[in-house]
Amino acid sequence: MSHTLTSKVFVVHDNIDTDQIIPAQYLTLVPTISEEYEKLGSYALIGLPDDKYPVDLVEPGRTKTDYQIVIAGRNFGCGSSREHAPIALGAAGVQAVVAESFARIFFRNCVATGELYPYDSNERLCDIVKTGDEATLDFDHDTLTVNGQTYPLKPLGEVRPVIDAGGIFNYARKSGMIPAQS
Amino acid sequence: MTLTEKILARASGKAHVAPGDNVWVNVDILMTHDVCGPGTIGVFKREFGKTAKVWDKSKVVIIPDHYIFTADSMSNRNVDILRDFVNEQELPYFYDVIDDPNGHWHFDASRGQLKKQYGSHFTGVCHTTLPWKGHTRPGEILFGTDSHTCMAGAFNQFATGIGNTDAGFILGTGKLLIKVPETMRFYLEGEMSPGVMAKDVILHVIGDIGFDGATYRAMQWEGLGVHTMSMDDRMTIANMAIEAGGKNGIFPYDEKTGDYVRDRVRENGTKSEFEPVEVDAEQSFIYDKTFDLSKLEPTVAMHPDPGNRELAKNLGDVKLDRAYIGSCTGGKTSDFLAFAEVIRGKSVKIDTFGVPATTKVVAELKETQWDGKSVWDILEGAGVRMTENASCAACLGGPVDTFGRMNTPMNCISATNRNFPGRMGHKESRVFLASPYTVAASALTGHITDPREFVS
Ligand code: SF4
Repeated sequence: MSHTLTSKVFVVHDNIDTDQIIPAQYLTLVPTISEEYEKLGSYALIGLPDDKYPVDLVEPGRTKTDYQIVIAGRNFGCGSSREHAPIALGAAGVQAVVAESFARIFFRNCVATGELYPYDSNERLCDIVKTGDEATLDFDHDTLTVNGQTYPLKPLGEVRPVIDAGGIFNYARKSGMIPAQS
Repeated sequence: MTLTEKILARASGKAHVAPGDNVWVNVDILMTHDVCGPGTIGVFKREFGKTAKVWDKSKVVIIPDHYIFTADSMSNRNVDILRDFVNEQELPYFYDVIDDPNGHWHFDASRGQLKKQYGSHFTGVCHTTLPWKGHTRPGEILFGTDSHTCMAGAFNQFATGIGNTDAGFILGTGKLLIKVPETMRFYLEGEMSPGVMAKDVILHVIGDIGFDGATYRAMQWEGLGVHTMSMDDRMTIANMAIEAGGKNGIFPYDEKTGDYVRDRVRENGTKSEFEPVEVDAEQSFIYDKTFDLSKLEPTVAMHPDPGNRELAKNLGDVKLDRAYIGSCTGGKTSDFLAFAEVIRGKSVKIDTFGVPATTKVVAELKETQWDGKSVWDILEGAGVRMTENASCAACLGGPVDTFGRMNTPMNCISATNRNFPGRMGHKESRVFLASPYTVAASALTGHITDPREFVS
């Protein structure tokens, strides 16, 4: 993994729950089946109300997004325990979500799957940054630079190596907690 | 230590744990369902190999309940994936929709949504099935691939929701690494006044602490007010810990807990030993507040989140298109009886849908007679569209042909537990969460209504 990521950002506000990230009717897709994984990506954040969010994360007809960083307010990923949520974002090509705070299960699912880096910001970036702004996320220094300003992010600490490894299974094997795959 | 800390210490073989500690716990029960089960099985096979066996057959419970009564072929397929896995692993606890272990599930839309289309093993909503079928026990650790798994905290156990990857890990190892949460204590005094229900208590509390007020935390309920509550009431409250972001909700053990659990494990022949955790004299909390139940009034969580609180009596100008009673939180027999108390002898004014949480609730509503009429018939007679197909139904929207799903923007008052945009279908629809009493009173008038006008 490169240690910085530069991309346009996609901005959402408070309480983006798992139904907005991946609406319930798409939960029939099974993430471990590869075509269905790709499909999940094409629906990422499709449950956002159109009046508040006129721009789609993933353009209709595509499976990948132009926005590899999502900026959010409080309680991102609240609601259900569906792992389809971080997976849909990851499958769409989102690499990190920078939020004022995360809901517990979503955060845990990001780590367990290794799909996304869930960074907490100290500042309420969703009020400062606009969708389409270009930002650079520095994974070594835990900062986000956007519109000429650099904002510190809370270091990911003990979960960072798990995501780097690609999720808990890879991590558990690497560290000898479970046997290597035969 | 708090109740949660005591259980986590025991399950990790430690004398003491403190908030923030990361501990490996031994899992007593893992539950999964049709929405997350296929993915969990996929993770398990990918990581442990095609021929791998689950760590302990008697500890895995599989309950198809979410997208069952729909003609959506992918949903029907997902139930078949569960059945194949159960057969291959010879799992004893699978509450299948159909009786034929080699069959395929297919919902016949031409027979309509109301008449039952399931066999003798089917039970309905997972969280309500777990206690009924003897899978909840004090002092244990329960994980489920569903956020409302926290409902089992009513039984003095640690119960929480996880994703497919964590669940796949448990299937192979029987263990999970978790962080010990801080505990918040909610001390309940007094008794609820007429017209007020357990649902009002939890909606009040979430309004108090906010939709993320319990994030990463345990919500521990104590006080005399707790012991006056039925197990159903405690389930309603524990169920919604997640709506404040909580990791789990947990109740102390008392005689009611013991009687309930002993009856269920005996009836079902499931594991009968259990060791409750008692409340210690010395506990440390990150938050501690006393609530006087007698002061609470019928409460509503308005669109668009469960913490958006207002009293029902102040919302008379909110016009409704639809009323809904059902789900793990609000579809128990006691919920339907409270609802029917208000509806009895009157007619609903708006489209009203009733979805029992389990097939047992269906049977109980048909058996319970009031003045020579079953409660089921009383509700149907009042214009409520009752379905025998116990399941999650429109609680989480689901495929477009789901019973009660909102396919156009409308206002709905609902006895369910979550009201983020799009939760019950159309993303511009608006859901107001309330108690079964308040849902009933509002169904009769067509606008949000304080049920005390109808309940004496
Ligand atoms: S009834 Fe609703 S809240 Fe309960 S398990 Fe089903 S979808 Fe989840």
